[in-house]
Amino acid sequence: MEFSSRRKKFTNNSQTELYSHPLQFYGQPPLENISLTEFETFAVERLKLLKTMENLGVSYVKLSDQYIKKLEIESKALNFLYRPEADDRKPLSGPTEQEKRRKDHISHFILRLAYCQTEDLRRWFIQQEVDLFRYRFNELHPKQKLEFLHRNNLQYDTISVEEKKTLKDQLLNSSYAVSGITVEDQDFYKVPFQDALDLVRLRKVYLKAGYVYIPHQDIVTIVLNDFRTRLSKALALTARSLPAVHSDERLQPLLNHLSHAYVGQDYSIQKNMGKISLEQIDSLSGKSFPLCMRQVHQSLRENHHLRHGGRMQYGLFLKGIGLSLEQALQFWRSEFIKGKVDSDKFDKAYAYSVRHMFGKEGKRTDYTPYSCMKVILSNAPSQGDHHGCPFRHSDPELLKQKLQVYKVSPSGIIQILELVKGMHYQLACQKYFELTHNLEEASFSLNHPNQYFIESQKVLGGGRDIKRETDAPQKPQENSTKAPSAAPVAAANTQDVAEMTEELDSFFQDA
Amino acid sequence: MAASDYDSACLPDILPLYYRRLFPFSQYYRWLNYGGVQKNYFQNREFSFTLKDDIYVRYQSFTTQNELEKEMQKMNPYKIDIGAVYSHRPNQHNTVKSGTFQALEKELVFDIDMTDYDDVRSCCSAAEICPKCWTLMTIAIRVLDRALRDDFGFQHLLWVYSGRRGVHCWVCDEAARKLSVAARSAVAEYLSLVKGGDETMKKVVLSDPIHPFIRESLVVVERYFPLYALQDQDILGRKESVDKLQQDFQNEKKPENRWKLLEDQAKRKQGTSKKGQHFEKEIMLQYCYPRLDVNVSKGVNHLLKSPFSVHPKTGRISVPIDLKELETFDPFAVPTISMICEELDRPRTVGEEEKSEETNDKENEKDAAESRKIRDYKRTSLAKYVKCFDQFLDVMARSWKGELLKKSDLQKDF
Repeated sequence: MEFSSRRKKFTNNSQTELYSHPLQFYGQPPLENISLTEFETFAVERLKLLKTMENLGVSYVKLSDQYIKKLEIESKALNFLYRPEADDRKPLSGPTEQEKRRKDHISHFILRLAYCQTEDLRRWFIQQEVDLFRYRFNELHPKQKLEFLHRNNLQYDTISVEEKKTLKDQLLNSSYAVSGITVEDQDFYKVPFQDALDLVRLRKVYLKAGYVYIPHQDIVTIVLNDFRTRLSKALALTARSLPAVHSDERLQPLLNHLSHAYVGQDYSIQKNMGKISLEQIDSLSGKSFPLCMRQVHQSLRENHHLRHGGRMQYGLFLKGIGLSLEQALQFWRSEFIKGKVDSDKFDKAYAYSVRHMFGKEGKRTDYTPYSCMKVILSNAPSQGDHHGCPFRHSDPELLKQKLQVYKVSPSGIIQILELVKGMHYQLACQKYFELTHNLEEASFSLNHPNQYFIESQKVLGGGRDIKRETDAPQKPQENSTKAPSAAPVAAANTQDVAEMTEELDSFFQDA
Repeated sequence: MAASDYDSACLPDILPLYYRRLFPFSQYYRWLNYGGVQKNYFQNREFSFTLKDDIYVRYQSFTTQNELEKEMQKMNPYKIDIGAVYSHRPNQHNTVKSGTFQALEKELVFDIDMTDYDDVRSCCSAAEICPKCWTLMTIAIRVLDRALRDDFGFQHLLWVYSGRRGVHCWVCDEAARKLSVAARSAVAEYLSLVKGGDETMKKVVLSDPIHPFIRESLVVVERYFPLYALQDQDILGRKESVDKLQQDFQNEKKPENRWKLLEDQAKRKQGTSKKGQHFEKEIMLQYCYPRLDVNVSKGVNHLLKSPFSVHPKTGRISVPIDLKELETFDPFAVPTISMICEELDRPRTVGEEEKSEETNDKENEKDAAESRKIRDYKRTSLAKYVKCFDQFLDVMARSWKGELLKKSDLQKDF
């Protein structure tokens, strides 16, 4: 009937209005109905995108070519915008530009609900969204950039080429960062000085009649700061309206699931590869391993064996602290061989799985070390297993004995057991960290075993320690290789490792 | 009438006279009401008074010009400070729910105090000033006035003599009044070049590229430097300031020529070493560039001495400074309260008598009292300063008219 078609036209118009620009500040929440499935799918996909942002941000310089390329691939895979089309051409397959923008809009607001609750969650969310925004803004055409600024009441106009020429000397002399080339090539924006206080305060910019003249490269900083501030305020407001949202039974489980999904670093891309020598592992296990890994390492040493769950948990952890594939193979082989497994059997049965962990077999997924959440919730140990989270999976009496053996003070043990009783396993582990490192309070919030390791190394003297120990001559390693048949292989491996370590050392020194 | 005839002991007697017959209330109200563009702007403004025996009262506020007059005539404050425009009437702040009483707006202000220059003036120290070091204030006003207008785009600046040893600047533009704390501090830091306390020898450090603001400021400083530093302060004549140029200086007595020697020496040095590139510029700036107290400018709720307030120690009135006559401004010629009160008692000249009779015939009693009061200050040395204030207000009033028109258009109030 005419009625409905007219209404449809109306929604289309307002939608086209809202989504007529690829980028937005997310000022207005979406005002439509969607299905629960869409709700869930959109949210999960955006979360994946943001996690990618985080990982890439750790491994690559932001906005470098590799960074952009990888991000494009991921965005495409998740059906998010990756390259703003100037015109709304209908693609041959998959969702239209409009649909992608709608998804972007809705998924952002859903994640706000999930991530507004705690300071940590908010910080993480804001960081990834800002990085995402930076990437997208960077990809816009200059005209689209101006359009974006105007639509969002950032009344920043560019100055004409003539004006640029007239002001050239002043512009050059106002900022160390502005060169003749900058003035030639880049657009300069006129911004009210109140919006660029940091630049004014340090006198790093040309100021005339209440306006600062900013090259394009710096305009992004201002826009990003604006975005960050708006988002931060919005999250604070969202947090206040949460109780209403939580009362909806359909949404609560989903939102909880989203915000409990591990959001920290996944330690899969190691900058420290090759910085640990096998010799150090025993001492490190006492000093810097979280209790779960110390325990599993000890049982490996005692039994010369670990079952699958333990191998996965510990093997990936070792990868996370910097063991290379060669080292890992040597490590596991040398230990297993002391037990009931001979060299051939190791190669046939176990080597494959070690290589698999490093992404060198099968579908070649580079598996990521388990987070505390994962160790606690999944991968529960059963009879004959020694992995899992001791605070969660060990009988309190046994835990107490273990802590006594590891020389934790009686009062400390009581505190830990209290936390365990309250089911605060990660806090118990954090308390263990504080007691073993003689700290009043840990400066971090524990949620990953590799995080524990890194923080511990920091406290004990930082990355320098690791470096120094590796720099010590590689000879001790060769001497200690026990199994004769493994010796030539081990020697060769050690040399590779030494070379690799040297290269990496000089790389980090130059950096 | 010698200004030195002022004695602070006489204040209790002459202050009432000042507030009843001389203080320019109508101009004062015209200023702080800002054309009535914003509702309750005057009513929500904080004033603070220092009364006899150093009694200090804050959160004074008034609903009308009349109330302001009556209260001031009742209390006879020794000092008057102006604070911010708050969210509620300051004199009712105790009745407001805690946390909701907030300072919203205030003029952007600057306070230049001569004591901050003690390390670069040899003629006076602390609270004393003399014509030789007053040049520093002239330089400060020129540099800051240019920067606030050209760089920041402000237009309505009121410069006021503080009454003893410095000057204040009130930036009254609407944009200025609405600035946040962060913005005010950013402006103050942009304008600051001299940094460091007693321990710092070299207080100005310049590096390339030289920002246009510094260039422009140097243009102003260079104009006054020969007179101020070389002659009046004789920086190159004093034993402490002269170093290896002793020899050359013995042959050259004229300060300008000595300076030229210094400059040449510096240029020669420039070729050989990276350091000392901007040696002469840094010296000039360290001696002459304005030194402001960032803390005064930062706070939205900061209280600053009011124009036309009396300085209890010197008796001088805090008068507006006319920048057109800046070079001839003499702080020692600024009228004291005793002086102008005495001028009031002078018998009227014949011309004045006739004029007052004419106008008396035209007005009724009430208006006559008003206009008599207005005419009173005109008979004293205060007249030209009030006129300067009027001119400042006239210029600002044009912008208020524009605002009011805009507002009434929006309300469809034809």
